[in-house]
Amino acid sequence: MIVGQQKPFDEIWSMVRDFKKVLVYGCNTCVAICHAGGGKEAEILASMLRMKAAQEGVDMQVDSAAIERHCEPEFFEPLDEKVRTYDLVLSPACGVGVNFLADRLAGAIPVYPGINTSFYGGVPEAGFFVELCGGCGNCILHLTGGICPIVRCSKSLMNGPCGGTNNGKCEVSDQTDCAWYLIVERMKKLGTLEKLLEVQPPRDWSTGTHGGPRRVSLEHIRAYEEKEEKNAATEGK
Amino acid sequence: MKSGSNLEKVIASGKMAVTAELGPPMSADPHEVVKKAGILKGFCDAANITDCQTAVVRISSIAAAVIALREGLEPVMQMTCRDRNRIAMQADLLGAAALGLKNCLCIAGDHQKFSAAGKLKGHPGAKNVYDVDTCQLVGIMKKMRDEGLQQGGDKLEVAPKFFIGASWTPMGDPMDFRPYNLKKKVDSGADFIQTQGIYDMDLFRSQMEKARNLGLHERTAILAGIIVPKSAMMLKYMDSSVAGVTVPKPLIDRMNKAKEAAGDDKKKMRELQEQEGIKITVELIQQALEIPGIKGVHIQAIEWETAMEPIVKAAGLYPRPTFDA
Repeated sequence: MIVGQQKPFDEIWSMVRDFKKVLVYGCNTCVAICHAGGGKEAEILASMLRMKAAQEGVDMQVDSAAIERHCEPEFFEPLDEKVRTYDLVLSPACGVGVNFLADRLAGAIPVYPGINTSFYGGVPEAGFFVELCGGCGNCILHLTGGICPIVRCSKSLMNGPCGGTNNGKCEVSDQTDCAWYLIVERMKKLGTLEKLLEVQPPRDWSTGTHGGPRRVSLEHIRAYEEKEEKNAATEGK
Repeated sequence: MKSGSNLEKVIASGKMAVTAELGPPMSADPHEVVKKAGILKGFCDAANITDCQTAVVRISSIAAAVIALREGLEPVMQMTCRDRNRIAMQADLLGAAALGLKNCLCIAGDHQKFSAAGKLKGHPGAKNVYDVDTCQLVGIMKKMRDEGLQQGGDKLEVAPKFFIGASWTPMGDPMDFRPYNLKKKVDSGADFIQTQGIYDMDLFRSQMEKARNLGLHERTAILAGIIVPKSAMMLKYMDSSVAGVTVPKPLIDRMNKAKEAAGDDKKKMRELQEQEGIKITVELIQQALEIPGIKGVHIQAIEWETAMEPIVKAAGLYPRPTFDA
C-alpha cells in the first residue's frame, strides 16, 4: 500500500486560508488505512479548518467528501459536478490521487495536497508502517531473501553490508535495521547464502525513476476495451 | 606493474607496506595539505587522502592528492560511492590519472546523515547517489585499466592505470559474512585492502584465518588498519560507538592508568596518554605484521600526523624503501 502522513496543520492552513469554498476530498483506499486521508480524516480535517477559520475571522465554507479510490476515473464520476462548485480541492489522497484529480479538473480549480506521500509499505502492527519497496522496476528479491536492499539499505548497496553495521543496526539510526544483516541471516536460514557470493554488476537504474516517467501499457487489454467500446457504439445505433 | 605506484612497488618487493592518512581541510587554503604532507613524507609509502570523510565538505580528494603529490608524498586518492554517479566517477578517474595519481581506494562513504557524528552541521538533507557500490566501483576501475573500456562499453584511448584499493571491516556484523564481503571485493579486482581500525588482535587473527582459507591473502595485499589512540576517552568512544570496532578492556585500562599517573596536571595527562597511545600503536603494528597474509599496515593518526615518525621508527619500519624511477 501507499503510506502517507497528514501535513502539519499550520502548513495546510497557510495553503487554504485565501480560499472561500474548500472541499476536503478523501480517498478510502491506502490513505484511509494509514489514517491520513480517508473519509473520516477528511471530515476531521474539514472541521479543524472550519474552527481555524472562525478563530481567525476568515469567511470560509469547508465541506468534506470521500470516494473509494482517487486513481481511477469511474469512482470520481458521481461527484464530478459537485466538486466543480468549490474553488479549492484539498486532497488528502496520495500524490497519485492529487495528480489524477488535478489532471481530471484540467485547471478548472486547483487541487492541493493534504498529506505527504511517504512510501510503499506494509503495516506490521496497527499504527506502524514500514517502507518495503522502492518501485525500482527491476525486482531482485529472489536474490536477497525477500528483503529489498534498494530501500531497506540506506545506501542501496547491492553486494553486502558496508562498514557501518553496528549490532545489526544501520549507521543512519540505531532504530533502523541493517538490511544486509537481515539479508545474510535470512539467506542462512534459507540455506542459500552462496547466492550472495556472486558479485552483482552495476545496475540498470533506468527502470526506476531515473529513466524518466514510467508507463505500463497492456496492449491486449487496451485492444479488448477498444473493441468493446466500438461494439457498444454500433449496438447503440 | 599495474600502475607503477610507489605503494604497488613496495608491496611487489615483498616488504611490509606502510600507508598513512591525510584528511583535507574544510577550507580552500592548500597550506594545511602542504603542511600535513610535509610531516608524513618519508614515514609512509603512500597516504590516503580522504574523500569528504564523515560526510562533511572538504577539499576534494583528487585536488588534495595532487597537492600532496607536488610535495613529494605519494597519495592514495579515495572515492566514495555516496557523491557521484558512474559518469562523474569515471570522468574523475580519467582526470585523476591525467594529473598523475596512481592509487585509488574505493569506499561506500559515510551516509550524509553522519555529519561528523553530529559534531558539525554537514548536509543531512543532501541526496546521496549510490549508483554503484564499492564492489561495482572496483570492477569499473579494473575494466577501465585492464580492458580500456568504460562501464558502458565505450573505448578509452588511454586507460587510467590505478592500483585499486578497497576497505574491509573484518569485525563488523554479520561477522561470519565479512570474509565473503572481502572475497567479493577481491573478485571484483581489489589489488590492496585497508581494514577498519583493529584493536582486538585475537578476533582479527581469526577473521584473517578465514580470509586465508578462502585464499584471499594471495590475491590481494591486506594492510591492517591501526587507528592511533590519543586518550582513554577516544578508546572508550571507539569501543562503544564506532561500527566494527571493539577495544579490549586491558587497552582502555592502560590508557586510564596513563591518565591517572598525571594527577591533576592536564598537560601531563595529555602527554602521558599520547605516549601510551604511541606505545599501544607500535605493539598493535608488530602483532598485526606477524599475522600470516598481512602485507603491511594502514596507520591512521587522525589530526595527529606528527605521531607517524615516532611510531614508524619504533616499529622498525624506518627508513621506507625507495625505488629508482
